[in-house]
Amino acid sequence: MPAVQMTSHLYRFFPQLENRTITVPAGSVAEVLQAINALAPGFTDYILDENGALRRHVNLAINDIWVVDRRTLSDRVAEDATVYIFQALSGG
Amino acid sequence: MSKMILLGTRKGTVIVDGGKGDWRPRPIAHAGIPVCYATRDPRDGTLWSALDHGHWGPKLSRSRDGGDTWEDVTSLKYPKGARYITKYLPTPDFDPNAPAAKPEYSDAVVYKIWNIAFGHAGQPGRLYAGTIPGGLFVSDDGGDTWELNRPLWNHDSRGGDLFTGDATSENRWYGTPASVDYGVFEPGIHSIVVDPRDPAHIHVAVSSAGVIETRDGGRTWAGRNLGMVNDYAPNPRAEWGHDPHFIASCPGQPNHLWQQNHCGVFYSADGAQNWRKVSVPEAGVHFGFPIAVDGKDGRTAWVVPAQADSQRMAIAGGLYVARTSDGGQSWQSFRQGLPQQNAYDIVFRHALDVAGDCVCFGSSTGNVYLSQDRGETWQCLGNNFPQVYSVRFG
Repeated sequence: MPAVQMTSHLYRFFPQLENRTITVPAGSVAEVLQAINALAPGFTDYILDENGALRRHVNLAINDIWVVDRRTLSDRVAEDATVYIFQALSGG
Repeated sequence: MSKMILLGTRKGTVIVDGGKGDWRPRPIAHAGIPVCYATRDPRDGTLWSALDHGHWGPKLSRSRDGGDTWEDVTSLKYPKGARYITKYLPTPDFDPNAPAAKPEYSDAVVYKIWNIAFGHAGQPGRLYAGTIPGGLFVSDDGGDTWELNRPLWNHDSRGGDLFTGDATSENRWYGTPASVDYGVFEPGIHSIVVDPRDPAHIHVAVSSAGVIETRDGGRTWAGRNLGMVNDYAPNPRAEWGHDPHFIASCPGQPNHLWQQNHCGVFYSADGAQNWRKVSVPEAGVHFGFPIAVDGKDGRTAWVVPAQADSQRMAIAGGLYVARTSDGGQSWQSFRQGLPQQNAYDIVFRHALDVAGDCVCFGSSTGNVYLSQDRGETWQCLGNNFPQVYSVRFG
């Protein structure tokens, strides 16, 4: 199952995600984020806007590749992949 | 007498406890997170902060225990299908005489929750919030769920109902510079004034469009900008395109409304049906952002004058507050207790408030001043706060 790593800033809002290994079923980025949201309700409100797109100042990578589809999150996440979620430097 | 002052700052919410002449700030809440507005619901004591997360999207935060604990409220969102006509910052080669381009549309996303207001005592749970890009949201359950006011969003002055199709009228709402930080140039609602006599009677103010009024609880809206003068527009007396920085009314005489903008101080004694310019530039009363109105006397208001427009700081390095008690015919300036040398503060639109005889303001350079004699003399509550976005008595 894919692993998820994220900026520690998000633990401030979702302490239940800290100090644990996060694995979720493989699928699209949208499905991965929904799986995290099931572990930590409200998580996607911080990562996505109301249209379901990645927020302007949020970065997401699959292994070392930036996600391409920031709008509908259709990029595929393989079984052995790691998803990285962190803040973009553009957000100050 | 108010027991609390809430500061919304660049680095969090600061609650200053007071009561017996001794005002003490608590340790900052929402540490590190910009808070563009913080206020207290007088009906049930709930504290509200509008968080302006750089990365994670705007959120409301509320405290139901006087500020000991806070919870994020993430439910304020545009409904599916909410669109607006995209505005762009004018470029140097902008030609105002060129034929109008075909409108472009954007799906609405909340960039900033700019203002929070409360319903009447007989409307428990009724809240209002104003946003960039120009949405008025309403909650009837204490903020758990929110609904966009569609008649205002779909107003003819914005192009009509874009949920169902393309624009049917010209968009007269222009962008606010406050939106540029979010990578857009869109309007914003920063003032919401609920008439204490009638909960269905509300004024909102939009940068940059003007003042808009409903008398039927938000089902219909009409512009209220007669008498406004927009010095830098091709038609200074056009109905739309004004940039009120903030509007406030007198709770005891709600027909008395005031606003401050780039082009002066404006006053209405007839519920915004007619505005009158009451600036006195030779007294420095012309440009600024906030305005506060006395609780009982609608002719009495306070401003913190600033040097217009390209400088946006205290005039000649000296900070002062001006007060009128005759509807703007004359203004008195008060400087005692305020710095008169090397002061470069500007006071933002929500960062001045009045409660009884107390007046308080906070500045762009982290100074907070309090007067307990209606603005005539001042004491400093601190010089090292983060940049202050809002000041509200609680």
